Amino acid sequence: MRLFVDVTLSGVANGMVFASLALALVLVFRATNVVNFAQGAMGMLTTFIAFSVLEHGVGYWVAFAVALACGLVLGGAVQLLVIRPVQSRPPLNAVIVTFGLLILFEGIAGAVWGNSNRGFPAAFSQSGLTIGRTKVAFSHFDVFVVLAVTLLMTAMVALFRATTLGLRMRATAFAPDTARLLGVRVSRLLTLGWALASLAGSLAGLLVAPTTSFSPTFMDLVLVYAFTAAVVGGLHSPPGALVGGLVTGLALSYVGGYLGGALEPLGALALLVVVLMLRPEGLFGAPAARRV
Amino acid sequence: MSRLHHGRAGSEAGSGAGSRAYRLVAAGAAAAIVVSGLTAVAGPAGAAASSGVTSTSVTIGATVPLTGPASPGYDEIAPAMNAVFGWVNAHGGVHGRKIRYVYLDDGYNPSVTATETRKLVLQNGVFATVGSLGTPTQTAVQSYLNAEKVPQLFVESGCNCWSNPRDPWTTGWQPPYTVDGKLLGAYIRSHFAGEKVGYLYQDDEFGQDVVKGLDMEIPRSQVVSRQTYDVATLAGPLSNQMAALQAAGAKVVVLATVPAATALALLPAALIGYKPQFVVDAVGADPPTVGPLLSSFTRKGGGSAALATAAVGLLDGMITNAYLPPENDASDPWIQVSKKLLADYAPSVWSTYGLDGNTEYGVALAYTFVQALQAAGRNLTRQGVMAAIAHSAKQFATPGLVPLSYSSSVHFGYEGGEIVQVSASAPPIVTPTGTFPGFTVLTPVERTSPGKGPVVASKGRESKPPAKLVRTA
Amino acid sequence: MPQDLPAAARVALLRALRRFRLPRLPLVRHLLLAVAGGVLLFVITLELSPFDNYELGQIAAYAIAIAGLSLLTGVNGQISLGHGAFMAVGAYTLAELQAHQSVNFVLQLLAATAVAAAAGLVIAVPATRLQGPYLAGMTLLLALALPSLSDRYSSFFGGDQGLPATAPGAPGSLDPQRWLAWLQILAALVVLVLLANLLDSRFGRAFRAVRDDEVAAATLGIHVARTKVTAFMVSAACAGLAGALVALSTGVVSTGEFPLSLSIFLLAGMVIGGAGTLMGAWWGAIAVVYLPNQWSQSLAGAFHLGHLVSANLAVIIFGAALVLVMLLAPAGIQGALRWAAGRLAAWAVAGRGGGNVSKQERQDGHDGAVPALGDGGRPDPIRSTGGRGGA
Repeated sequence: MRLFVDVTLSGVANGMVFASLALALVLVFRATNVVNFAQGAMGMLTTFIAFSVLEHGVGYWVAFAVALACGLVLGGAVQLLVIRPVQSRPPLNAVIVTFGLLILFEGIAGAVWGNSNRGFPAAFSQSGLTIGRTKVAFSHFDVFVVLAVTLLMTAMVALFRATTLGLRMRATAFAPDTARLLGVRVSRLLTLGWALASLAGSLAGLLVAPTTSFSPTFMDLVLVYAFTAAVVGGLHSPPGALVGGLVTGLALSYVGGYLGGALEPLGALALLVVVLMLRPEGLFGAPAARRV
Repeated sequence: MSRLHHGRAGSEAGSGAGSRAYRLVAAGAAAAIVVSGLTAVAGPAGAAASSGVTSTSVTIGATVPLTGPASPGYDEIAPAMNAVFGWVNAHGGVHGRKIRYVYLDDGYNPSVTATETRKLVLQNGVFATVGSLGTPTQTAVQSYLNAEKVPQLFVESGCNCWSNPRDPWTTGWQPPYTVDGKLLGAYIRSHFAGEKVGYLYQDDEFGQDVVKGLDMEIPRSQVVSRQTYDVATLAGPLSNQMAALQAAGAKVVVLATVPAATALALLPAALIGYKPQFVVDAVGADPPTVGPLLSSFTRKGGGSAALATAAVGLLDGMITNAYLPPENDASDPWIQVSKKLLADYAPSVWSTYGLDGNTEYGVALAYTFVQALQAAGRNLTRQGVMAAIAHSAKQFATPGLVPLSYSSSVHFGYEGGEIVQVSASAPPIVTPTGTFPGFTVLTPVERTSPGKGPVVASKGRESKPPAKLVRTA
Repeated sequence: MPQDLPAAARVALLRALRRFRLPRLPLVRHLLLAVAGGVLLFVITLELSPFDNYELGQIAAYAIAIAGLSLLTGVNGQISLGHGAFMAVGAYTLAELQAHQSVNFVLQLLAATAVAAAAGLVIAVPATRLQGPYLAGMTLLLALALPSLSDRYSSFFGGDQGLPATAPGAPGSLDPQRWLAWLQILAALVVLVLLANLLDSRFGRAFRAVRDDEVAAATLGIHVARTKVTAFMVSAACAGLAGALVALSTGVVSTGEFPLSLSIFLLAGMVIGGAGTLMGAWWGAIAVVYLPNQWSQSLAGAFHLGHLVSANLAVIIFGAALVLVMLLAPAGIQGALRWAAGRLAAWAVAGRGGGNVSKQERQDGHDGAVPALGDGGRPDPIRSTGGRGGA
């Protein structure tokens, strides 16, 4: 029972992190029909930037803000410089470009900061909360993770639902040609979409790094888990990313807790297969998701 | 993530006695070298014939991870070995032959090891590989080197696979992991009798071999929980495993973990307030290696300082095994000599890492090879060096706490050591990377085989370099 | 400069082009090309040192994997980010057979190919139900999941030490590295001939049709999902065979040999060589074998790069190459070569006052050529002059 509670709690915390990276994948996918496989590596890069800023003796929250701002800029720059030129070609070309960026960023991070594992500070204590008289595997930092991702999700939903900018972005995502005819500056909004997604990815990096040892490849597994989460949620739906993240986080935590951590990646693969066979459009996807 | 390591560390700056001891041992290696070198020049130019050997040089090689995730720490070993070779060469070489050491990067990827080892054999024409690192990497070339009859000496790994009649050209060097496990198990059996014991081990050959040794010594009924982790997916804290060990009520927790996993086990233990007696295999117990992983959490900006303090607190009191002298034992002549060699002949290694578990390992291993070369005589052949190791290694003067146990049937080096404890009251280990808690010695030196045999007291090694070598200096 | 050549040279070149005709029957033509390539490589192996032969053999083995990937991506429009995992499947199949069964060497290779194809089936069936990024994500996950599997089931996978894999002994006093290179080159040529014929068959046409437009392909009666699964199985099978052949070079199969970077290198090699071309697989394989170790080390040495930079140089180069090739020259090296050949032919013809070389060009590029990756039939500066037109 004790184990079950702990495993469930850590599943929730992990799930929220997956959700924020899954949200990044969904935002980009909705807008450009491309899964950005470099999303995790971009979050890794901004986490290293935060690390360098911290090394200079600046406070934690400054580093945190710098990382998010760099994420925003990096996302926009990537879209402008390398994605836009291949946008007119089939999505496959853009996928290859993002994969190239993935290893390019990992190589650059390794060249600048080295390939070794490091520790990263957390915003709040990682000591477990005491409920009753027992300490549980859920810390102040985990509470922060849940709140930060919830805040991000809420802000994104508010942006899309309640502002004209959000409306334009949705229009751009679903019917770019029509939107363009209606005077929406589609390419500028696509850049903005990438920037916002990259912000979410940077947040994921900052939230994962303290709970693990971070290195140029530390986001690789997080990325594929977030991909799993995004597919579970339906790939087009931001709320789906949240639910998918939680489902994936819990499922992997149970696999790790009861069957062994070695089976977690395989568990994610099994989850993907099951979802694709039973409900390929995901939990939140439109039933006829076959787009051509 | 690599699996060898040997953990340990410690020491402070050399004292006046250091330079004296240095001269002793320094001469140690040089010694016979210079003398025999002189005779070699005059001697018949005949025989040799083995690849990589000329009358004035011997070329040896190795593949080690200089890049990639396994490289931190392990990339110090080969450069540290060059401290010994540089010193030997400055004193005329062994039997007049200077040692050329070619080490190539394999990034801990066995298919790269295969290619680079063939390059060493076919292009560089090495006499032998010496101090190549890793279990998966070196098993990949074991049958190739044996088929080519190229000595594969002193593989840096504790796999049981280096002593195998099928591969007569291969030898290990550090204790087999099963020996680690037996030594730790025997200590737990006699000092924690009846206590509930739990294991957390890496689910591969390294962890399983340690557990095999533990199980030979600790009664099965005493072991209440066996947790594992997978090194390939090692990323987050091992919270579930530590929670399970706590739930099972284990009072003694044995970790057969690589350094990163040791840190990732101690952190969640601190998180849930779990404070058992930690007994950690030498592979993952080196304070200069584990310490930075833990203390990086103390960095400013966040409330994690309390956690880091608690985790570093767990490092204190940790019990482990050692087969080389603790680096904080400033009175040990081998420690003094190793520092001097590194400072004089590998200055960049010395100024970056100082004497830590890895550089100490490199010096000791290189020194073992110099002894083997010396014993192989003037007429150097591959068969000759294997025979010298098999027949006279027990008499080699090396820094190891037990004598080398090589024979014609045993291809392991050190099969024993002592049990030590990390202690805040011991002299600290000071390296350029920081100051870390040192060791106190808990038991006399013991030895055992990886097989069924018991753990027995060892006569230990000569604490000083042999007098003969001293005189020659 | 071509313009400076005497007119006689132009005439001679054109005449040579006119006279030189390959047989029309694809099988015969591919066989002839393979035999010619084989003779050339055979002569080269006689000149090379044992170590160079060892590397040449590995190039041949990697060329198989890259050719399969090239077919998947360039011809069928799908992508795999984890083909290293299928190399692992093939390598382990070979090693397990050698450990437990005494079957013929050729059967071992066939089994490695077949098991990898079956693994491809398991991944492809769920992943190709929808059009989208599913295959890419699942293959990436597969490549990351593989190492933990073998640690978990170490008795089956041989754990850290791995499982031995041995090539049949060299006959007589033949140098074993040369013998191994021959085996690997022979296998590569056989596979490339088979793939070239496959691409000329109705399967090849179906692959291209699905790539260009799934709806249109379906209206033509092509079973889209089945075609995609077939293409993926063929490419996984190639990777499996390549994995088994590389294992013969390494001598041991263990999971450390199949990191994610292997899959990345394969993809980069495919893109650099030229997606969709079988000849490009050779250029890609040369890059995959030489860049990570030799070239990046020489480069780092020549420019006195720091330790950290040189350690990551290969990854940086491959990453940058993936991005730049996709942006600037999606047809890769092979595309550039064809463009150059096309220009040369055009120049020769122009010298004679025009003429039609289209047939000639077609044959020149006939190694299973397909349009450069994903230009979706749009004109492309590189390939509109070289190679033949899009399917």
